[in-house]
Amino acid sequence: MTQSALHQILDYANRPNPYPIYEELRKTPVFHEDDGPYVISTYYEIRSLLHDPRISSDARNLTSTTGGGPAEPPQEESALPPGFLKLDPPEHDRLRRMTNRPFGPPHSPHRVDGMREELHDIVSGLIDGIGDTGRIDLVEQFSYPFPVTVICRLLGVPREDEARFHTWADTLAASLDPDPDADPAGRGKEAHDARMELGMYLAGLIEERRKNPGEDMLSQLATAKGGDGPMSTMELLSTAALLLIAGHETTVNLITNGMLTLLRRPDVLQRLREDPKLAVPLVEELLRFEPPVQLLPQRTTLADIEVRGVTIPKGASLWLVLASGNRDPQRFENPDRFDPDRRDIQHLGLGSGIHSCFGAPLARLEAQTALSELARRMENPRLLEDPPPYRQNAVLRGPRHLPIACDGIRP
Amino acid sequence: MIGDGSLERFKREGRIVVVGASLAGLRAAEALRDKGFAGSLTVIGDEPHEPYDRPPLSKQVLLGKAVADRTALPRLRSVDATWRLGVAAAGLDMAGRRVRLADGDEVPYDRLLIATGVRARPWPREAEAELDGVFVLRTRNDGAALARRLAAGPKRVLVIGAGFTGSEIASACRERGLAVTVAERGSAPLVGALGGVVGAVSAEMQREHGVDLRTGVMVTALEGDASGRVRAAHLSDGSTVETDLVIISLGATRNTEWLAGSGLGAGPRGIACDAGCRAFDVRGIVTDDIYAAGDVARCPHPLFGYQFLSLEHWGNAVTQARIAAHNMLSESIDRIPHMEVPAFWSSQFGVNIKSVGVPSLGTEILIAQGSLKDHRFVGVYGYQGRVIGAVAFDQARWLPFYQELIETTAPFPPPFPTVDRHSDGARPLDADFPDPSIPTHGPTVTLSGYSPADRRMTFTPAH
Amino acid sequence: MERTDHVVRIAVDLNRCQGYAQCAFLAPEIFVMHGEEALLYNPDADEAQRDKLAQAAAACPVQAILVDAVGAGAEAVSGDR
Repeated sequence: MTQSALHQILDYANRPNPYPIYEELRKTPVFHEDDGPYVISTYYEIRSLLHDPRISSDARNLTSTTGGGPAEPPQEESALPPGFLKLDPPEHDRLRRMTNRPFGPPHSPHRVDGMREELHDIVSGLIDGIGDTGRIDLVEQFSYPFPVTVICRLLGVPREDEARFHTWADTLAASLDPDPDADPAGRGKEAHDARMELGMYLAGLIEERRKNPGEDMLSQLATAKGGDGPMSTMELLSTAALLLIAGHETTVNLITNGMLTLLRRPDVLQRLREDPKLAVPLVEELLRFEPPVQLLPQRTTLADIEVRGVTIPKGASLWLVLASGNRDPQRFENPDRFDPDRRDIQHLGLGSGIHSCFGAPLARLEAQTALSELARRMENPRLLEDPPPYRQNAVLRGPRHLPIACDGIRP
Repeated sequence: MIGDGSLERFKREGRIVVVGASLAGLRAAEALRDKGFAGSLTVIGDEPHEPYDRPPLSKQVLLGKAVADRTALPRLRSVDATWRLGVAAAGLDMAGRRVRLADGDEVPYDRLLIATGVRARPWPREAEAELDGVFVLRTRNDGAALARRLAAGPKRVLVIGAGFTGSEIASACRERGLAVTVAERGSAPLVGALGGVVGAVSAEMQREHGVDLRTGVMVTALEGDASGRVRAAHLSDGSTVETDLVIISLGATRNTEWLAGSGLGAGPRGIACDAGCRAFDVRGIVTDDIYAAGDVARCPHPLFGYQFLSLEHWGNAVTQARIAAHNMLSESIDRIPHMEVPAFWSSQFGVNIKSVGVPSLGTEILIAQGSLKDHRFVGVYGYQGRVIGAVAFDQARWLPFYQELIETTAPFPPPFPTVDRHSDGARPLDADFPDPSIPTHGPTVTLSGYSPADRRMTFTPAH
Repeated sequence: MERTDHVVRIAVDLNRCQGYAQCAFLAPEIFVMHGEEALLYNPDADEAQRDKLAQAAAACPVQAILVDAVGAGAEAVSGDR
């Protein structure tokens, strides 16, 4: 492994297929050069570190001066306190528990299960709305709007405000993924304005929900009783922002990567069309094969730790390359084959340990619903560009556009 | 019999008998078929039911969220066995290779697997145990009967013994809104398994949930009314508890009486086996045709000084069943040892308790993460300067890390900081076990290997 | 025998379970979180719940959910011969 290989991960030219680079990287399971991060690329080591209490997600523990070095992925700057994604226990546990209270079991076991019909309706509406089937951008017309709408419904954003919400989300997402051709200053200002407007909007909505709480998550978060009490407005804003950003980008990529993979494997697409239940194992395999979060770049060590004979010093920056662990032949047979019938599938696509994906069950249902419905309703779908154009982001990796065509839309 | 084709012939047309039709028996039968055993397979069970799962009996079933007679175990594959259910094994003829059944029938075998498990230890005074309203909880029928009584709304339940099962029963009763007294001889609930430091947390949980917990006391007598129904219990501190439902939760007795006089190395502590689940005879010589698995087996464990551990753990039954099945069908060179780190769980009072290793061998405990007062923590147990066990209260996701410390005999106290370290975790405490077992001295053994699939033992000679 | 064909037997290997609760999100009729981490489940689900059960089992990150691989009827056990 040469240093250039690390840069290759970040090199935009490799975005369509980073897997050969990961394969190379796995030859050095703990890769480190100069003052760069320690890059972990093999399954068992990644999984161990995800359960290792000597590993912190809190950047305040990072002492390595250069951090990720030139490879540092884009970070959003924000006046808000860090969301639980970037905190350690006990703060992480407390915030995650509070956020979970209106979202999942034990307190809200029917929230996600109860959204099945709504998810189906949103998907149906978006597919109905596809106009010209000669050229469809699946990202713009489907993968993108779907999860934003879902998050709006979850948080309780009034229907009439959903359009504004979409605009802010688009702008913020674009700022996370800078287009090299765009004017950076202009982009920065747009993103700043969008963040401010979104923040003010949410603050207003929170205020209103505190007075007139409904069944939505925002109301419940703002008025929660129980051991941990309600969230402060700042915590709420920070959590809402986390749900929006983390829950959105990842789902877009999961669905788009899924359709791309299926269009490259017409046999599987055909099976899914005939048997929508195949979506269940298929999405798990997709999370292994093309995980929407390729690597976790913000962990750090609280002590000197030894991994595969290499001592990683205290305060070092760690990258855990989930997408590489998912293709580790020491763990998975034929790892480069997309096989929805794979039985042994404990993938790292949604992480593991205490930071494992908060929205995982919702993401699963969204992807299952989206892919089975797209497969069922599109007649003879095909890729117009392969590979499609990708986003810049190497961490939240996925196509920026997915141009496809089909012969028509079935009812 | 290496290379002479006899193993192949045995796999084709041999006779295997499994005595015990519970978790270990079923999983072993499945594993035998999975590994290509095509001969005749007979499973003998004293209960008239097909294999069922016991953990739900003290939880879901008592809460009324599941029905006792609908806890049958899922079948992982077809086993094509002859099932002899509702008839206990009554004797073993080792020379003639026959199992004698209680109904007088005899079942011949070429290889035998014993998985007869344990039964609840009854209340020692027989007349009192006969009183209406006195229960034990081990079987499906126990579970069904107890669930019916709980649903009928007893005035006060008395649980005798605050181990895991007793504590789970108390938890279920409180959740159903029933008044509960728990009488425990030790200083705290769970003290035998987890020590006094963790036992104190458990006591706090019980009291916070409204359990009338009496520790350091024994129940000296149960008293019935004229119609033979239990009405009160007398305690060693002179107090009396008025109760109409008593649950005896005093641990288990191994089902080995049927082997008495057979020549097999079986007794009240279980059936002694080697690390490959082959049973010893009374002379201490290992047999080659009799195996044991599950709660009834006592196997030497390399990580714990080769002490013979008998583990009443669900996971242990599953693993030993697989190992025994594999070894029954293997040449000696291909046999595999049992070296999985012990693990168990319990859920009570809304808290998930999980453990790895053998905490009760520990002398010290370090609260490595979280805090005792929040009832959310990881406690690490140390013995002679190494990590030997760990327990987590609502912190299960960290346990794989501590399991690795146990497997590699990492030093205790762990010399590194962790996330979520509180003042509790500044230094190790006396783990405060009532009667610490002292493992014998010997070589240190660690488990190594790149992946769980190629795990192996590494020996380090004793100093 | 006492079993009918329209039930699905379930057991969860709670040694493997780490409380990710995917099952309790996706099939709340069968799997219930008891507190933050402890899982209770109905060991005997209706055949009608088989689809949701399959979703729950597939989503389990530690693959701890054991579901009948053999129809209950097909592996019925006999008492005395």
